[in-house]
Amino acid sequence: MYDKQILICAGTGCISSGALDVKGSLEKELEKHNLQDKVRIILSGCHGFCEKGPIFIVYPEDIFYCGVTAEDMPELVEEYLVKGNIVDRLLYKDPITGESVTSHENIPFYRQQKRLVLRNCGVIDPENIDEYIIRDGYSGLKKSLQMDPKEIIDTVKNSGLRGLGGAGFPTGRKWETAYKIESDKKYVVCNADEGDPGAFMDRSVLEGDPHSVLEGLMIAGKAIGSDEAYVYVRAEYPLAVRRLRKAIAQAEEYGLLGENILNSGFNFKVNVKEGAGAFVCGESTALVISIEGKRGMPKPLPRPRTTEAGLWDKPTLLNNVKTLSVIPQIINNGADWFAGIGTEKCKGTAVFALTGKTNCSGLIEVPMGIKLGKIIHEIGGGIPGGKKFKAVQTGGPSGGCLPESKLDLAVDFDTLLQAGSMMGSGGMVVLDETTCMVDVARYFLNFTVEESCGQCTPCRSGTLQMLEILNDICEGNGREGDVELLLELGKSIIDSSICGLGKSAPNPVLSTIDYFRDEYEAHIKDKTCPALVCKNLIIYDIDQEACTGCGRCRKNCPAGAIAGDKKEPHVIDQEKCTKCAICYDLCPDRFSAVKCLTGEKITAMAKGGGN
Amino acid sequence: MATVNINGIDVKAREGMTVLDVAQSAGIYIPTLCYHPDLSTFGGCRVCMVEADGSAVTACRAPIKDGMVVRTDTERVNQMRRVNVELIMTNHDQDCQTCAKNNNCKLQEVCAFEGITPERMSRLRRVITNKEQDTSNPAFKRDFAKCITCGICVRTCEEINGVAAIDFAFRGYKTTISTIGNKPILESKCESCGECVERCPTGALVVKNQVVPEREVRTICSYCGVGCGLVLGVRGNRVVGVRGDRQNPVNQGHLCVKGRYGFGFINHPDRLKAPLVKKNGTLTETSWDEALTLISGKIKEFTDKHGPNSLAGLTSARCTNEDNYLFQKLFRFLGTNNIDHCARL
Repeated sequence: MYDKQILICAGTGCISSGALDVKGSLEKELEKHNLQDKVRIILSGCHGFCEKGPIFIVYPEDIFYCGVTAEDMPELVEEYLVKGNIVDRLLYKDPITGESVTSHENIPFYRQQKRLVLRNCGVIDPENIDEYIIRDGYSGLKKSLQMDPKEIIDTVKNSGLRGLGGAGFPTGRKWETAYKIESDKKYVVCNADEGDPGAFMDRSVLEGDPHSVLEGLMIAGKAIGSDEAYVYVRAEYPLAVRRLRKAIAQAEEYGLLGENILNSGFNFKVNVKEGAGAFVCGESTALVISIEGKRGMPKPLPRPRTTEAGLWDKPTLLNNVKTLSVIPQIINNGADWFAGIGTEKCKGTAVFALTGKTNCSGLIEVPMGIKLGKIIHEIGGGIPGGKKFKAVQTGGPSGGCLPESKLDLAVDFDTLLQAGSMMGSGGMVVLDETTCMVDVARYFLNFTVEESCGQCTPCRSGTLQMLEILNDICEGNGREGDVELLLELGKSIIDSSICGLGKSAPNPVLSTIDYFRDEYEAHIKDKTCPALVCKNLIIYDIDQEACTGCGRCRKNCPAGAIAGDKKEPHVIDQEKCTKCAICYDLCPDRFSAVKCLTGEKITAMAKGGGN
Repeated sequence: MATVNINGIDVKAREGMTVLDVAQSAGIYIPTLCYHPDLSTFGGCRVCMVEADGSAVTACRAPIKDGMVVRTDTERVNQMRRVNVELIMTNHDQDCQTCAKNNNCKLQEVCAFEGITPERMSRLRRVITNKEQDTSNPAFKRDFAKCITCGICVRTCEEINGVAAIDFAFRGYKTTISTIGNKPILESKCESCGECVERCPTGALVVKNQVVPEREVRTICSYCGVGCGLVLGVRGNRVVGVRGDRQNPVNQGHLCVKGRYGFGFINHPDRLKAPLVKKNGTLTETSWDEALTLISGKIKEFTDKHGPNSLAGLTSARCTNEDNYLFQKLFRFLGTNNIDHCARL
């Protein structure tokens, strides 16, 4: 019998920050104190608070230690596990009050969340099927095996669940279509081709709770009359692939997958197909073509829906990882339970990868309809360094940027779309006042330019043209009429591209023009970057009166661009300066002598003979 | 029968036709680039966009419905089409005067229709990839600066010749038509049939050293027993090019590498124009009378001495079918079945 259980997060994020070393060191220390039989170590899936990783939780007390290292283990074991004294320095500190928080439930990052999809992530050992079963795992499957397919579909329909992959198509309706089509063979496909920069929701579910996805697939199979599934997962997610394969093997061993499951006569097989990392293969027709072993390119309209003729022209039900993983709970708890969460039109929860300029970042799950501002300021803990919030980018490269005036928006599929952005797969990047919106648009567009499949003209060449124009604007070579040209190109690309990738590619540009047009104009007309980001439009200069000649900037300048005698004001040679901003960052706050200038200030400085 | 209203004109149509089929049947021009009547539709160039019942569709793929209202000239349609043609043209080598496809280029035709002007083009940035031409094939060259990735060559290779030597490769603006491993075309499984060259809408695939003929002559290919119809391009007294005869029921315009590109022998200086007889160990030109007398003498001599089966006749694929028929008839008359022919492709 164990006295304590320790959960160490072994998601990809925490493993990168040394979770496995922590485990190794902890094992050694436990042996040293002869506690190896008293304390059970569990490697769990992602806890979401990746920024503070590795995460280390001790149960039954629920003490949440974060940012632990292998070196902390001797102290942690000695002080806490042996003597019972909480190690305060490893506790989470509230960014506003600075106070230590012991239990993870009291951390603002977790308090506002509602975890359905991520229910088991960070709670169970994903490589142990028993832990999943203890948490009601596979009871949804058991229940569904005794249900009529129509009954299952009605439950999903009544729950109001909409596809969590981003498009928000009603899941029940999709299932119904797949069910109604008669065919000797049908497939269920799990879309785990998560490709947005900064998004890792699907990966975390596959890594942290793979059995929930398998169970969802089987329930879907039972509902539509399919006996075979594919999980299309990025090859760049090796841990997810490994855990998924392990889960399949375990489920097969338990008779929960394979022939005659639980003596019901229902057979089901799950295959794993590793994708080669093309973003466009997240699109349903391209994904199906890719599984078939061909070049993943979306099929142009008119074409049959994947549900009607998908994989090898057979009816194919395609659902996202998150959608499938929440299905077992809907079957278990009933449609009303799920429909009770969220808003009128969007039920349940949304999963976001909250990143960027917030105090707390990571994987979060919130009820649909939560205010955007609440996510950023309460869960995210606000903007660090006392900076001002500027915009939030949602929906990944296909989404858009929303300004402060939209923080009151109740987040769901429809409201985000109306505001010019989208839920997408759930990326949420918070931007503060030091972010240049033209530069942000350029960043996201660059991604779609690289990831376009290249078959249709507007997406292949149009997005590249838009990117080139943005490059010019950021480099100070913007021309009068560029904004209008961007709008014209954007509209045409949206109107005439083949697939959703092209049709949404201009969104980051169009939404930033919509809300931050003045920044574009400043770049083009005044050759000014108001956020002081675009290198060609800024210079660094040393205020001769404020500089005390401490030499810190001179010694650290990688370009050797700063000259000046000791205790004499320094100057920057603009010819040599690479604008790396090291001098700006290093100049002590009490002097703040290094200034970043843009636009007219540069002209004024040049006239005044600045340096 | 269905009725489709295109730009206010009611056009009769059959179910299963596309908007493009119907428009063309009514003589209404819709620009296309990646469409080719011999091939499956691709819908990639997005130049044939029209509005059908209010939504933007590609005319080449959209099936018609009875009562459908199609508009090919709305502001929305014009903008989409113009932008897409501009986008294609921006990265296309614009040195048309020296291009082998000048005046025979689909892109020129579409640009002219859309009224693409240098003023509008100058607003876009030229981001051309300086990829070298592939000149490995002796018959044709691939100029990537002129390729508009319409995929007609890809579909031709797969659907017409069944070889699939080329396909799309890489992503985004780096997308190109490539052989396996992006090797020169000569090192691929390409059979050099030239069907893709024939269909390429721009100068991306052109015959090397192309000469424009002054007149054309219909004939039958003399290479093998299939008897494909050829249209020879003639300039003066020289054959300068060959294309498949689309009217010929045998090949319907298709040709193989020999029929299309193997016409160099016609005007070759080494070509035999008179019979050769070996005299004192060297082959010497002679008259037909002398040659035939020699042959008939030998035939008689051998038949008398060893019987007719000591004879064998070898004829040529380059003779016409009729010639070959008469040749075998002659040999059977002489009493032998020993007849062979070089038509083994």
